[in-house]
Amino acid sequence: MNIAVVLRQVPDLIETLEIADDGTRLDYGAARFIVNEWDNHALEQALLLKESEGSSVTVVALDFGEVDNTLYEASAKGADTIVKIPWDSEEPPALRQAAALYAEVLRGIGAELILVGCQSHDELEGPLAPQLAFTLNLPYVGVVRGVQPGDQPGSIRVFKEFPGAVVARMSVRLPALIGVLAAEKAPRYVPVSRIRAAMKSTPIRESQVDVPQAAAPVNVLRLYVPEAPERAEMLDGSAEEVAERICQILAEKGLLR
Amino acid sequence: MIQASKKAVDEGRTLTLLEEVLASPEGESVLTCMQCGVCSGSCPYGEVMKYPPRQIIQEAIAGADADLISSPSVWMCVGCYTCAKRCPRGIDLTDVVWPALRDQALQRGIQPPTELRVAFQNLYLYGNLLGISPRKRLDWAKDLDVTVRDLSRQPEPVEVLWLVGCYPSYYPRNQIVTRAMARLLTAMGVRWGVLGKDEKSLGDCDRLFGEEGLFELLVENNHKLFRQHQFDRLLLTDPHGFRALQKFYPRYGIEVPAQHYTMYLAEKIDQLKPLLVRAIEATVTYHDNCCVGRRCDCYEPPRELLRIIPGLKLVEMPRNREIALCCGGGGGGMWLDGHITEHGGKRLSDERVLEAAGTGANILAVSCPFELSRFEDSIKVTGLEGKLVVRDIIELLAESMGLEERKKA
Amino acid sequence: MSAEDVLVLGETKQGTPTDMTLELAACARQLASQTGGQAVVVLLGPEGKQAATQVADAHRVVVVEDDILATYTPAPYLELLSHLVDQSKPIALLVGSTSVGLDVAPLLAARMNLPIVGGCQKISAENGALKVTASFCAGKMLADVEISATPAVLMLLPGSYRAGGGAAPQVEIIRSPIALDPGPVCFEQMILPAATDVDITQQEVLVAVGRGIQQQDNLALAEELAEALGGAVCATRPIVDQGWLPLTRQVGKSGMTVKPKLYLALGVSGAPEHVEGLKGAGLIIAVNTDPKAPIFETAQYGVVADLLDVVPAITEALKAKTN
Repeated sequence: MNIAVVLRQVPDLIETLEIADDGTRLDYGAARFIVNEWDNHALEQALLLKESEGSSVTVVALDFGEVDNTLYEASAKGADTIVKIPWDSEEPPALRQAAALYAEVLRGIGAELILVGCQSHDELEGPLAPQLAFTLNLPYVGVVRGVQPGDQPGSIRVFKEFPGAVVARMSVRLPALIGVLAAEKAPRYVPVSRIRAAMKSTPIRESQVDVPQAAAPVNVLRLYVPEAPERAEMLDGSAEEVAERICQILAEKGLLR
Repeated sequence: MIQASKKAVDEGRTLTLLEEVLASPEGESVLTCMQCGVCSGSCPYGEVMKYPPRQIIQEAIAGADADLISSPSVWMCVGCYTCAKRCPRGIDLTDVVWPALRDQALQRGIQPPTELRVAFQNLYLYGNLLGISPRKRLDWAKDLDVTVRDLSRQPEPVEVLWLVGCYPSYYPRNQIVTRAMARLLTAMGVRWGVLGKDEKSLGDCDRLFGEEGLFELLVENNHKLFRQHQFDRLLLTDPHGFRALQKFYPRYGIEVPAQHYTMYLAEKIDQLKPLLVRAIEATVTYHDNCCVGRRCDCYEPPRELLRIIPGLKLVEMPRNREIALCCGGGGGGMWLDGHITEHGGKRLSDERVLEAAGTGANILAVSCPFELSRFEDSIKVTGLEGKLVVRDIIELLAESMGLEERKKA
Repeated sequence: MSAEDVLVLGETKQGTPTDMTLELAACARQLASQTGGQAVVVLLGPEGKQAATQVADAHRVVVVEDDILATYTPAPYLELLSHLVDQSKPIALLVGSTSVGLDVAPLLAARMNLPIVGGCQKISAENGALKVTASFCAGKMLADVEISATPAVLMLLPGSYRAGGGAAPQVEIIRSPIALDPGPVCFEQMILPAATDVDITQQEVLVAVGRGIQQQDNLALAEELAEALGGAVCATRPIVDQGWLPLTRQVGKSGMTVKPKLYLALGVSGAPEHVEGLKGAGLIIAVNTDPKAPIFETAQYGVVADLLDVVPAITEALKAKTN
């Protein structure tokens, strides 16, 4: 089975995020980038399938942020081919533009199974994975925790998570695109020596694609940091008064049974 | 056999544990092992390891290392150097055998315990073990009442380049000590500077973790920094970093004069003494950290620093100097607590604070950044709160010098 | 239905609407009051009939019945919703950020080429244009967004709206107006979590105990509170080290990383090693005797008191509320 994985760069939330001068965008130049957590799970799931089924794994990423490090790390972990898509802007593409870019490259790869993180924390226009599935005209199931080979050839079995750790087992005819919430195992650690060896020995394939026009995105009027109190709001009074107030807060937040 | 191992390294072939040990400096010494078992008997976790140190060497030499490599024992060494210290053949198990074992595990795809994996990732991504932004590395100096030369912003020659370390830079309890150190150095008239956002871990822990590649990455980074800046010597808060500079950096051709702060201050004791104007009426016992103590046989400087504090009475724990019990935080131990507990190991720091309290001391003095939080935690768990407090030697000196924490006006 | 109506994709669980559905309906009702339209909730499948009347904030509930809708699969949901949106042309389709919503909302927006916003926390309408406040970068940022094209697909974050205020909705039960095909994704089986010890990483409500609990016997107080809240008890390392709770209940650096909606920290000082494990928590309320405890820098609400006094009072108040 040929598997393709999309690895996206997202702003690293350990840094204080800054807002661009126009007040509507992140200052991407000041951000640090890191691989999207859920995409990393998608890669792990692909590698687990490679180990159990002998699949080949191709990783696709946009030339953005710390992409080279991410690709070499993927290679060190076991990805067979690493592909970089040219991207010149300091800002990431809009949702449908991104889908068009990835789709064009993925079509050329001809994977039977495409794994993408089912979400990412920088998606104002909703998750990429289903949009990409639509662009590629592939069936989609997301919020999946675990992908296994199906009973029949040309199918896979996925485990879609619902609240309360309830899981629906579904079979999916291939080709398909799956939105991964978590791999069957935590993403593996690969020793740095391997990553450094990959930097020396693994070529990054550069794909050539035309950058599609950005469709009119939703219009951001203002981006801002929510006012968060530095310290907890203190609740005073007798034990009963405090208890009453806590119940009230829980009710307001919809946290009562 | 040694030649063959070195050849295997050159060829890039996957090594066996023995080959890896033999290919490393001092590795040949394992061939002299007579299986006496002193190492296993001395190891604080020897009893709960499936493969205690003696057996690790045995399996390595026998070439039957598959089960060993995947066993939990691989992640149970806390780098206390007791086995290495006591080995009658002088085999340096801590610096040679354990790192090779862990490297083998990592190279063969064994996943380290989650906590350690996170620490590795943090070091790789951010250059510190805590996973905090490098841009916040100098947050400890906010509102400090002395001048901090941040050489990453404005390079200038300094007498002392102070490598603050990860925990001392970021961890709230350690930041108090770090600020005290800044005041103390200033009060002594030292021209000192720090690397601010450019400073990264020296990497001693990851070498002991067996993450040689990560260590090399950090060595390269630090080497570049040492060449960029002008200084007479490096000053270290962290004994592990000191140890790395002293023993492992020279292997990469990096020879820089470096001192742990206890050594540096003890050298300046005549200058320090008249500044100690306030008495600290307390009974103090000192916990030898493993790197400066057992590893470098440097036991007196920290004690000299304590003895010159007026009013202070120094008492010794039964296990002191070369037989001091480790706090359990070294060699990756800070990130192995869950793993060690899961496999039956008790917290060494709990045992150690009880021993400290047994001396009648009301202060447990330390000189390693890991120890503060470990011992303070153990004091809570063992019910010693109110009876014993943990203070870094720096804090005690600063207090005696009358250098209270003051905010900038 | 007219262009002013607000359509909601509701979900049910064991014959009742989910909390998210009730929130969506409340949001839709508020929005409809600004557009002069109605809040119309769509429930798919056999449980819809039973759940419909409980969606009090909806003006109308449309239940669509078809054998194929008994369990969720993407294709029939998508077909049906496309049809309904196409027919009714609402100003917005509101969908929860749920397992179903994260599939269906973006698929629908893609297929119908509609504007979509994820992570919505506040939605309003002004002169026919939708204004949305959405969470960005895991809530580190908020974005005020304007959408002029309609219908828009809006994915609501849980905890954004409070249900209540509506009367009984008008319920309409219909057969699927179009033929539904299962498509390439086939439901096989529901798998319920194995009944081993509680998995604290999956709990929505956690009551955490620290050393302030003092004695093992006092754990019962925390257990009782957790039960009243429908959650589980977890602990800091010292509690686990004492053997009062198993390692699987430990939160923090050497334990689990949790992401509950509510984290009640009782007698927890808030050591960095502990706080590291609850970065993903929603609402944090802390009770501690020490006003300087660092946990108050992490919590949104704090109480300086002995947990032994406050906890029984909270449990009692909760029981009074829910009965």
